[in-house]
Amino acid sequence: MAQNEAATLVEEGASHGGAAAAHGGESGLNIHPMDQFVIQPLFHDGAVGMFTVTNSTLWMAIAVLSAVLLLVIGTRGCDVVPSRAQSVAELAYGFVHKMVEDVTGRDALKYFPYIMTLFMFIVLANGLALLPMSFAPTAQFAVTVPLALAVFIAVTALGFIKNGAAFLGLFWVGSAPLVLRPVLAVIELISYFVRPVSHSVRLAGNIMAGHAVLKVFAGFAGALGIFAVIPVLAIALFYALELLVAFIQAYIFTILTCVYLKDALHPSH
Amino acid sequence: MATDPRQSVLGEGETAANGMPQLDFGTYPNQIFWLVVALGAIYLILSRVALPRIGAVLAERQGTITNDIAAAEELKLKASEAGRTYEKALADARAEAHRIAEENKAEMQAELARAMEKADARIAEQQAESEQRIAEIRENAMANVEEVARDTAQALVEAMGGNADEGRVNRAVDARMEERA
Repeated sequence: MAQNEAATLVEEGASHGGAAAAHGGESGLNIHPMDQFVIQPLFHDGAVGMFTVTNSTLWMAIAVLSAVLLLVIGTRGCDVVPSRAQSVAELAYGFVHKMVEDVTGRDALKYFPYIMTLFMFIVLANGLALLPMSFAPTAQFAVTVPLALAVFIAVTALGFIKNGAAFLGLFWVGSAPLVLRPVLAVIELISYFVRPVSHSVRLAGNIMAGHAVLKVFAGFAGALGIFAVIPVLAIALFYALELLVAFIQAYIFTILTCVYLKDALHPSH
Repeated sequence: MATDPRQSVLGEGETAANGMPQLDFGTYPNQIFWLVVALGAIYLILSRVALPRIGAVLAERQGTITNDIAAAEELKLKASEAGRTYEKALADARAEAHRIAEENKAEMQAELARAMEKADARIAEQQAESEQRIAEIRENAMANVEEVARDTAQALVEAMGGNADEGRVNRAVDARMEERA
C-alpha cells in the first residue's frame, strides 16, 4: 500500500539519522502518523538551514514544474481547438477567472495572476501530496501561515490605499442600531484579525488530518495480519475523500482570498 | 528520543515538535524561503507566459465563434434574400406569362373578329353580287318569258285561225303576266 511505502520511506529517512532503534523493531502497534510531516534535508544529514534543499523543497519544486507542464507546455499549441492538456489548463484558468470576476468583481481582475498562482500552488501541492512517498508542503503551518498572512497584509494595505480611512467602514455596520455599532465594530475587528488564522489553519489542518488518518490506517494494516484488508479498504475510501479535500481546500483558500479582496476594494457592507 | 533526526534541527532540549513536526520553528525560515521561491516562480511563469497565452487563446476562440456566428447570420440573411428574389421572379414570370397569354388571346380574338368581319363583308358582297345577278337573270328570264309568251300566244291565235292582232295579244299577255306576278 502506498502509505505503507511512505511510512517505510520516513522510517528509512529516520534510519539515516541512526534512529532506526527509536521506531520500528519492536513488535505490536507502532504508528507514527506525524513522522511524514518532518522536514528533512535531501542530500545530507544534519541541520535544516535557510537554503537547505529539503523534502518540502522537492515537492514544492515538483508542484512548480507541474504548473509549468500544465499551463505552459500544455498550452504550447495555442490551438483554437484545444488539446487535452490545453483543455485542462483552460478549465483551471476559467475556473479561477470566473471566481475572481463573480466574487470580487471585474475591477479585481488585475489581481487575477496572483490569485491564480495561489490556487495552482495549493491545488498542485495538495494533489501531489497524495502520491505515495510524497510530502505535503501545505500541511505545514510554515507554508500556510505565510500564504494567509500575505493575503491578509496585502488585502489590508490595498484596502487603505484604495479607500483611505473609509476602509474602516468595513467595521462600522451602518445597518445596525446605533447602540450596537460599537459592539459590532469590536466583533468585526476581532473577526477580521482572526481571518489569517482560520485561513491558514483550515488548509494545513485539513491536509495534515487527512494524511495522519491515512497513516494511522496504514499502521493498523501492518499490525492486523490477514485482517489488514479492512484498513486497506478504509484507506482506499479515505483516499478518494482526500482527493476531494485536496481540491476543495484549494478552492476554499482561493475563494476566501477573493472575498477578502472584495472587502478591501468595496468595504461598504 | 535522543537519536531522533529532528534533534539536529531542534537543538538540545527542544522537544516541542515531537507531537507535531509542523511546530518545529527551526525549519520555518527554510520553508518560507522555498515557499517564496516557488510562489515567485509560479507567479512569473503565469503572469509572463501562461495566463496571457491562455487568455489570448480564449479570446481568439470567442472571436472565432462570434465571427462564425456573424458569418452564418449573414449567409442566412443572404439565403432568405435570394429566396425572396426567387419568389419575386417567379411571381413576375407568372404575371408576365398571364399577361402574354391574355394579350395573345385578345389579339387572336381581334384577329378572329377582323377575319370574321372581312369574311362577312365578302359574303355580303358576294351575296349582293349574286342577288344582283339573280335579279338580272330573273329580269332577263322575265323578258324572255314575256317574249316567248307573246310569240306563243300569237302563234296560238294564228293557229286557231284567228287574226292575231299584235297589239291586243300583247296587252292580253301583259295583263295575264300582271296577274301572275
